[in-house]
Amino acid sequence: MRHADVLSAGGGQAAVQLAASLRQGRFAGSIMIINDEPGLPCQRPPLSKAYLLGQIDEAALPLRPESFFAAQSIELLASTRVTAIDRAAQRVALSSGESIGYGHLALATGARNREIPGMAGALGLRTLADARVLRDALGTARSVAIIGAGFIGLEFAAVAAARGLAVTVIEAAPRALLRGVSAPMAEALVARHRAWGSRLLFGSAAETVMADLVLVAIGVIPNTELAEAAGLACANGIVVDATLLTADPAISAMGDCASFPTGSGRVRLESVQNAADHARCIAERLLGRPAPYAKVPWFWSDQGALKLQIAGLATGHDQTVIRGDADSDALSVFCFAGDRLLAVESLNRPAEHMAARALLARPHGLTPAQAADPGIDLRSV
Amino acid sequence: MPSITYIEHNGTKHTVDVPVGSSVMRGAVDNNIPGIDADCGGECACATCHVHVDAAWLAATGARTAQEETMLSFANGTEDDSRLSCQIDVTPALDGLIVRMPAGQH
Repeated sequence: MRHADVLSAGGGQAAVQLAASLRQGRFAGSIMIINDEPGLPCQRPPLSKAYLLGQIDEAALPLRPESFFAAQSIELLASTRVTAIDRAAQRVALSSGESIGYGHLALATGARNREIPGMAGALGLRTLADARVLRDALGTARSVAIIGAGFIGLEFAAVAAARGLAVTVIEAAPRALLRGVSAPMAEALVARHRAWGSRLLFGSAAETVMADLVLVAIGVIPNTELAEAAGLACANGIVVDATLLTADPAISAMGDCASFPTGSGRVRLESVQNAADHARCIAERLLGRPAPYAKVPWFWSDQGALKLQIAGLATGHDQTVIRGDADSDALSVFCFAGDRLLAVESLNRPAEHMAARALLARPHGLTPAQAADPGIDLRSV
Repeated sequence: MPSITYIEHNGTKHTVDVPVGSSVMRGAVDNNIPGIDADCGGECACATCHVHVDAAWLAATGARTAQEETMLSFANGTEDDSRLSCQIDVTPALDGLIVRMPAGQH
């Protein structure tokens, strides 16, 4: 039986970062990545933006070139899935039939798209294979209906509008990005989409929408079945402690599939930053320098000429302060719970985003009054 | 292929060949050179690929973009020679380029 000192179940951003960080830290053991997708692990953010617009081709998508894996002695098994974990024996079973022993197992199983049962012919967007289908469809379709006004739905809406399609976005919630951003920022984004000619429908109004192409973008389900079957606790994600370990000291979880503790409860985040910083935290632990995970979350979303950058988590905010003009393409929304700054959402204001990331990393960030005073330079707070 | 030398903050040098059409950031990431994180993958969204360009190469690497300028104004240790390496495209004219990494990217 083959053995890997560190084995990643899943081959996304977190798995590649863990391997890269271990080698940068002079980790001398064997590293293996089991990826259920074919080919090289690829960047997902461009799949809903630049790739669909034809601004970049597939050659630009891999997270690292093939030469990287050989040069860094990282074994990559593509089109292969971990099907079971034997925790007592510290080995995993693969879809290929092989069993592989592990010293440490990093669960990086990611998430899968939520679907609408019975909606035949609808497309989703998660993998390169999905993006290929959509890129081709965009070339012939004249209209698209997008179900879900989350990040993926709105990014795809911006791409389709730019490519000249008639766009209708249908969202069951009363507004866009209900879980993702504050109400003022959602309103600002929706106004821009409408200015590009797209229709956005919210709530339960009944209407029949005809379209050549239907995209379902209604969020994801974390892939926890593998961990659950191995007896590990799962609750909207694989439950890990502050150092991203499960109850089994030989198993960590990272990225989209991991539910980790923060000062304001458990969270599970779907972002590049979360995956990469989780992986770095686990690498440091495996290199003998354990520390609790404590990074300020940040996100970005490109929609047409709009660059939205978010620092922090706005969940639970009860007050917003706007810098800039809410009717312009450049504003920031500061989200507070009482006097405590929780998150800053910046649209085409990269300076405020960068300042926010620094502010949120400190215990006493910024007061609502300071946020509201445009004369206060955020760098000097 | 243009040869680029990356110097870590601790002085460790890495000289690698980087294909034309790639970026100075990709050259570091693809070769697993420590000191450039590049979390956003080159979208000029994260400012974690900050480098100091060697004085002799400042003209050849060109000017900062507006977005890059604002991102850099908030990065740690920004100097006149600072660039985000994802915004420097590799061309034959950059054969021999030398860049230095800051103490940290976060």
